Amino acid sequence: MEIVDILLSASFWAAAIRIASPLIFATLGELICERAGVLNLGIEGIMVAGAFAGWMAVYSGTGLWVGVGVAMLVGMLFGLLHSFLTVPFGLSQHVVGLGVTLLATSSTYYAYRLALPEVTSPPKIEAFQPYEIPFLSDIPLFGPALFAQTPFTYLAFVLVFVVALILYRTPLGLAVRAAGENPAAVAAQGLSVTAIRMGAVIVGSGFMAMGGAFLTMSAFDSFFFEMVNGRGWICIALVVFGSWRPGKALLGAILFAAFDALQIRVQQTGFGAEIPYQIFLMMPYILSIVALVVMSRRAEVPAALMVPFNKGER
Amino acid sequence: MGKVEALRLNAITKRFGGLTANDAVSFGVDQGEVVALLGENGAGKTTLMNILFGQYTADSGTVEVFGQALPPGNSRAALDAGVGMVHQHFTLADNLTVQENITLGAEPLFSPRLNRAGARARIAALSEKFHLAVSPDARVGNLSVGERQRVEILKALYRDVRILILDEPTAVLTPQETDALFATLRQATANGLSIIFISHKLHEVMAIADRVVVLRHGKLVGGARTEDTDTQALAAMMMGLEATPPNVAPANPGAALLELEDVSTPDIGSAPGLKSVSLALRAGQIIGLAGVSGNGQAAMADVLGGLRSPATGRIVLGGEVVQRWTPRDAVQSGIARIPEDRHKTGTIADFDLTENAILERYKGVPFSKGGWLNWRKSRGFAEEIIRKYDVRCPGADTPIRLLSGGNMQKLILGRVLEADPQVILANQPVRGLDLGAVNYVHGQLLEARGHGAAVLLISEDLDEIMALSDVIHVIAEGRLSPGFVRGEKTPAELGLWMAGQGFDARIPHAS
Amino acid sequence: MRLEPVQNPSLARKVLPPAIALAFTVLIASLLAMIAGANPFSVLGLIIKGAFGSKFAMLETLNRATPLIFTGLAVAVAFRARFWNIGAEAQLYAGALMTVLLGTGFLPWPSLALLPAIAFISILAGAALLLIPALLKTRFGVDEVVTTLLFNFIFLLFISMLLEGPLKDPMSMGWPKSARLLPEARLPRIVEGLRLHWGFALAILSALCIWIIQTRSTLGYEMRAVGLNKEAAAFAGIPVNLVLIKTALLSGGLAALAGFSEVAGLKGSLTLDLSPGFGYTGIIVAMLALLNPLGVVLAALFVAGIFVGADSMSRAADVPTYLADIMLATALLLMVLAIMLTRFRVVRD
Repeated sequence: MEIVDILLSASFWAAAIRIASPLIFATLGELICERAGVLNLGIEGIMVAGAFAGWMAVYSGTGLWVGVGVAMLVGMLFGLLHSFLTVPFGLSQHVVGLGVTLLATSSTYYAYRLALPEVTSPPKIEAFQPYEIPFLSDIPLFGPALFAQTPFTYLAFVLVFVVALILYRTPLGLAVRAAGENPAAVAAQGLSVTAIRMGAVIVGSGFMAMGGAFLTMSAFDSFFFEMVNGRGWICIALVVFGSWRPGKALLGAILFAAFDALQIRVQQTGFGAEIPYQIFLMMPYILSIVALVVMSRRAEVPAALMVPFNKGER
Repeated sequence: MGKVEALRLNAITKRFGGLTANDAVSFGVDQGEVVALLGENGAGKTTLMNILFGQYTADSGTVEVFGQALPPGNSRAALDAGVGMVHQHFTLADNLTVQENITLGAEPLFSPRLNRAGARARIAALSEKFHLAVSPDARVGNLSVGERQRVEILKALYRDVRILILDEPTAVLTPQETDALFATLRQATANGLSIIFISHKLHEVMAIADRVVVLRHGKLVGGARTEDTDTQALAAMMMGLEATPPNVAPANPGAALLELEDVSTPDIGSAPGLKSVSLALRAGQIIGLAGVSGNGQAAMADVLGGLRSPATGRIVLGGEVVQRWTPRDAVQSGIARIPEDRHKTGTIADFDLTENAILERYKGVPFSKGGWLNWRKSRGFAEEIIRKYDVRCPGADTPIRLLSGGNMQKLILGRVLEADPQVILANQPVRGLDLGAVNYVHGQLLEARGHGAAVLLISEDLDEIMALSDVIHVIAEGRLSPGFVRGEKTPAELGLWMAGQGFDARIPHAS
Repeated sequence: MRLEPVQNPSLARKVLPPAIALAFTVLIASLLAMIAGANPFSVLGLIIKGAFGSKFAMLETLNRATPLIFTGLAVAVAFRARFWNIGAEAQLYAGALMTVLLGTGFLPWPSLALLPAIAFISILAGAALLLIPALLKTRFGVDEVVTTLLFNFIFLLFISMLLEGPLKDPMSMGWPKSARLLPEARLPRIVEGLRLHWGFALAILSALCIWIIQTRSTLGYEMRAVGLNKEAAAFAGIPVNLVLIKTALLSGGLAALAGFSEVAGLKGSLTLDLSPGFGYTGIIVAMLALLNPLGVVLAALFVAGIFVGADSMSRAADVPTYLADIMLATALLLMVLAIMLTRFRVVRD
């Protein structure tokens, strides 16, 4: 009975949307990379870097949206590094991705230590505040869940729509998808596969960093080590779960976040207190693996994912 | 028409390392003219066209389109000047629709939206005008090879090309589909399009081209108007000598060594499986499997090679029904397998010759014992192959990727023939090889036949099949025709079978 | 631009790119040290001195290298067959867990019987843990990168649960920490009085074994064939999936030995900070070693040296110890690029 009560409460769904927001950004980012044919395992580290960069910018006195921009820029920088190594040089996307994650994470921690050498507990910033959209937020259940979030969350939803529109309704999106399906087809039209793929990875990495920034600028108001905590890897699973489609990925992220929000609440019930909390914390990861297995048969992987393209090759 | 020069190549030269792929090649194409570029595999035709299309940069020489020089190495410029190319290997994305494939790159990349309705109408109009029926919403992955080619041609026409290059367009078509293609091309030239038609099939060149230029070893060795020449003259120009088919003694077939009994396998995507196929490979006999590419040859090769087991039906080996069937079982039962793609499946590029030589038989004496390899014996084996089969290489420890295709194929031949196989499965054994290597491979197959091996030769080259085979079967959509003994059918009659005619509709195979 | 393979690379082409990559790594580290307000030369000097400058420093480096040799081997073995095991961290903890389970009184055996038994069971545990992603890959085609990564999180939470529950040492005063190993279950020191345990010798021995397996055995041959060209391997009759599973078992077992060696040789009990990411660092070790098992030993010493040196440098100069991680990440990325440039030429067109 308790669970039914939880599922019918607006605060539960509001929490789910909040938890989903960073995942939506990062999943979209990864989706763009993979649609162009590049697996970006730098996602975890880029989220860390974005979380720090956005927060640090605001802490040093910029506005919140400037902070988001700074985070995105830092992410794009790492995206540039990743794509420079994996696209024209065709290096292993696995190794480079993990290297970028390590580099982004360690340089973030280095910068944090340099910037705030004294503090033991990190300072707080004035984070994004919820904004209730007039009228819409009055709808029962859905109103408080969907329309009383921070503007950063609204941006996530807008972005899903925009990315879907670009992918499916513009020549650019068509070229990106073709680059992930058969780069030779793109090259045969005189378009640069290198430019398209690098562009996709750079933009995608920017989105990943925004996902990280959401953690420090909207979900919380401070930066901690280990704060991303595997969310990047979960987003990679979400891309598969969403069959490389923005809309489905959004649904996947919300479903996933709802489950996460549910376990937090169940932990606090009488029944939940009996179970070690680690079991609940494991759930998102186990769920990701289950999602991968379930979708493995049906997923339509971009045919040229992880296949480097070298123009001169015969 | 026919007086305006649409295209001119001036002294194009291109080298790859030590190999001169194109040596000062010059020729022109008039508006509304079909020029056939004729030459053997490896003569440099595709390289030349890739330079024209801006995918390679020539070491020297220029390309002019309607009098304007094209900047080198710029496909975009070539496209903008109205040059379109249909590659031998289609450049289509399987998971995208026909319309998406056609419109890819046709509009400026950063225009705010795809004009989908406009594109649709235009595609419909072009399909109608040039008799190229396709459904714009179909996924390309679900189309037949012939349909895909139509999409490729539409893609070019959609861009208002003035010069269309077709690289071996008929390799994947039945004779009847080829006729339809030719009708489309005639329609196009009547509209003022110029066409370069790359081929090594003489009768097709005679049928479609106004003029022929012949390339041999990267050099332009001759040219003629088709009305002033014939196939024999062209063949002489192309090969550099009068073409002599190998002199094949009559076969002396013995017992059936390997039989397929009513074997079927499921289709995989658009690639058909086998449909109730029965076939007996007999000692001392070469059976040729003719057919248009993608009609079940892959399934046949996989089943005989141990990569696929029949869904229904049985494999009978030396009179016994096969129970377990893996590549290793096939090798151990004395089947020599020469794979279709020696780079991708036949060898491991970064392995040296020794490691590649033992690839099928590393497990067990003499190459290993108790899980430990005997490198000395392995190396000895590789060196024996190098010597006996005349593999030109610096040594047995050379990575095989450094070898030419012919030498790679010789190593594969040695690898499988040294095991004294009873059955030889040769899948496109001479594709992409030069004439010397072709003769060598054919000689080895004939010699193996002489020693009592049963040979199955799979090839898309009907001439090759007809020259070597004692019995010819045609495969079409996974169905197998009856066997025709040497000389029983003309190429045209076999062509009808290849197009799927003659098969009994109710019983999907004849025996 | 595009890439063209170089047929016969000159000596300069073979040596120069990796050398430049290393030089660049040092350069970037120096720049970062300057940003931190320190003198780059003294920082680099402190790192080298801290890693190799004294007997104590050397021993510390060897000790730190020991688990890295194991995880480096685990990754090298797996990557050779293109099986992307990113889960060495979890497998390490699986080995550590078995060591604690068996070494705290469960098996009342003498050292000579107990230690091999524990090592063996640890190997089995690590192998079993990696078997799951391996089966998911071969049966369902699920990418092992993501599953092994996610397993790290799951398994660490599992360990955390055990350490706060059944495995918790009642004497630990609230810390999530296991009971201490019996003396019989401790790996002795190689030389009395020197702080270096037999785990290091076991690591070197493992590297030798793996080298022999890779170059001499049919299994090693199969693993290399599968890694280089799966399609050709399958065509030739190599059972690709079986080879991948064997590879996974071997890789997981090696990573588990790292946990065994750390607990039995160094720490004596299991805590959640047993490994500061040895599993992940193993990837760097393996890549720097070009996946060569003997190279793994050298690369592990290099990487351990940087970590130990950076720790000591950080105490002396005011530069965060994360400098070590940045250096390694940079070295990794530049090295894969450099190795590629030894084999391919960049052509402009």
